Amino acid sequence: MAVSLRSALQRLHGMFAVYKPPGVHWKQLRDTVETKLLNELNSLEQPVVQQQIRFVPSVIKGENGNETHLTVTQVPVLADHPRVTGPKFVGVKVGAGHRLDLQSSGVLVLGVGNGNKQLNRLYHCHLTKEYIVKGSFGTATEDFSNTGRVIERTTYDHITRDRLERIIAVIQGSHQRALLIYSDVDLKSQEAYELASRGLLRPVNKSPPIITAIRCVHFSPPSFTLEIQCLHETQQYLRKVVHEIGLELKSSAVCTHVRRTRDAIFTVANALIRTQWDLPSILAAVQASRLKVEAKLHEQSWRLLESSEEDMYTVVKARVLEKGNHCPGSTQLGD
Amino acid sequence: MSSLCHRICYRWTSLRITGLVWSSRQEIKVLPTASYGIQTRFGLDARQCLLTQKPWMLKSSKSSSSASNLPPSKEDGTGQFTESSIMQNTDDNHGKSEVPSLVKDIQTVELDVAPPHSPFDEISEEAALQTETSPSFPPISFTLRDYVDQSETLTKLVLLGVDLSKLERRPNVANMLLRLDFNRDVKERLLFLKDVGVDDHLLGAFLTRNPFILTEDMENLQMRIQYLQSKKFSKEAISSMVSGAPYLLNFSVERLDNRLAFYQRELRLNVQKTRDLVTRLPKLLTGSLEPIKENLKVCRIELGFRDNEIQHMVISVPKLLLASKKKVTRTFDYLHNTMGIPHHLITKFPQVFNAKFLRIKDRHLFLEHLGRAQYDPTQPNYISLDNLVATPDEVFCVKIAKGTLLDFEAFQKTL
Repeated sequence: MAVSLRSALQRLHGMFAVYKPPGVHWKQLRDTVETKLLNELNSLEQPVVQQQIRFVPSVIKGENGNETHLTVTQVPVLADHPRVTGPKFVGVKVGAGHRLDLQSSGVLVLGVGNGNKQLNRLYHCHLTKEYIVKGSFGTATEDFSNTGRVIERTTYDHITRDRLERIIAVIQGSHQRALLIYSDVDLKSQEAYELASRGLLRPVNKSPPIITAIRCVHFSPPSFTLEIQCLHETQQYLRKVVHEIGLELKSSAVCTHVRRTRDAIFTVANALIRTQWDLPSILAAVQASRLKVEAKLHEQSWRLLESSEEDMYTVVKARVLEKGNHCPGSTQLGD
Repeated sequence: MSSLCHRICYRWTSLRITGLVWSSRQEIKVLPTASYGIQTRFGLDARQCLLTQKPWMLKSSKSSSSASNLPPSKEDGTGQFTESSIMQNTDDNHGKSEVPSLVKDIQTVELDVAPPHSPFDEISEEAALQTETSPSFPPISFTLRDYVDQSETLTKLVLLGVDLSKLERRPNVANMLLRLDFNRDVKERLLFLKDVGVDDHLLGAFLTRNPFILTEDMENLQMRIQYLQSKKFSKEAISSMVSGAPYLLNFSVERLDNRLAFYQRELRLNVQKTRDLVTRLPKLLTGSLEPIKENLKVCRIELGFRDNEIQHMVISVPKLLLASKKKVTRTFDYLHNTMGIPHHLITKFPQVFNAKFLRIKDRHLFLEHLGRAQYDPTQPNYISLDNLVATPDEVFCVKIAKGTLLDFEAFQKTL
């Protein structure tokens, strides 16, 4: 289905998610998406060649010797021809959201056009991301991944699933305490209790990485898989967590895979793979995520308000808590 | 004083732009036309070198023209028009009537003092028809857009299919193109290329890649074609080589000879095979030889291929010589160490080096996930490397992996 250029340009504003394969730098991915979009936009462009009227003098033999006459001709104006001016579109504003490092894979959110502003606002909403982290017991390396230089090898027969889960619970507990500190709520207030019980506590500004939830989904020694829900993290931090779990269990561990399955409201299901990075799919993805992004930004708008509007802040926060009352026990997906 | 300088500066720029129109009757010394644009009566001159200017030429021409002028009478209806009157009229187009007096002030005393011409003077019909109100173009510009409509060469090149926007980015090419004359330089070489066998619709792309062929000596070009013919390249071979590598004919005969000898020596090929290799990938003759030597060394030492294996691979996939050694090493490493494919199988299917690395990786992991990753020809359910790599996604998923495209896409999201 051919898209018209005008409608494409109007609709090419918003956010969409792509699936970054491992081994590809995020910037290279962003450049590839931009190049593909530009190629398609330039091919949609229909150049209209303008014409101009020229009066060309010519000499015709007349009675009194050479007489000059003017002949009227219509010639195309080549100054606006695409082979002279070059392609019409030379840049599309594509911005990347939370970055993924070289060896990790998963959901990478990109913003296009006006969506870049939404990217910024979504960043300030401090929404969580979910990762699947696979590790392997028995080795410890320099950079905590299985491709680094090996530092030590240990046995891991003594490790059982419940020991692992105990360590994981300790990690979650300590991070929860850190979250309480960074979320700037009075520990003795009712409001803090409400937010904490619903899992809506979030840090106010920048904070070190915080793991809001962590659980073991698969355990068959030496390999194990964790599902981690976290904030403000880097993938290298998650590898370090795996390494530290190994140390706590009196063994050693390396991280083999880090894969992001969710970034705020964008999940793997909405992400576009390499073969789908073309204009129609991207427009469809932008369209699909538009309402969800706007709803989420509206919901979290109290976080984005200025500090001077503190009364509004408390009022809106109360409203958020009230809304939570109507749907009990739901730790909302995408928060 | 400053306003006087300002008007003089503007005067010189307008003089540069308008050029001069000569009458065929009067015997005036014709100035060399190479340095600035001249608009003739019969259409536009192609040789407009407006990116460099020599204003002093105009000054002497002005003096020669005004020396022989006659003051135009008001009821002059005959065809007798003078350069000064033309100058006057063209100047009037720019609305500078007080200018001749200024010019006279600057010029030497030996001139006759001509009365100033007012814009309200009536001029003859002939003179009126002769004056051209063509759009003015700037003397210096950063783009060829300003000159393409006035220059015959540029117009014809655009209509032929040359991409001027790409050429003007290269240093010095734009100046060179503006200095060319279509009838003298360009036409001859285009006809030569047609004789060699380059297709009409490929001429545009050819010139976009190599505009310097328009300044090559015709004799040298003929000599190089004769050399290739003497090496027993067929006519079709020569035409495909020239189309494929536009810079080929810019290279001297010694250089071409050296290159052919290099390939024959290094790859130990006979004459016919060298000819085929070079016909298939003419870029081998135009690029530098250092990366090719590097690639051969990598294949021999790092990857461990034997000489006859390298020969076989290069004959079927010549691009291997020009590929980046990092990519070749990465692909080979994955094929040999991770997928476990031995050297002789890779030699049989050298087109795997053409494929994208991520494609090989995704497909292999999908087959492994389904339990169908079997690359040993002696075992059942063998999957050959060309089936793995060269088939489109749907065909691969359905026929080879016995799955569906949706499965493959879902699997890619779990990597």
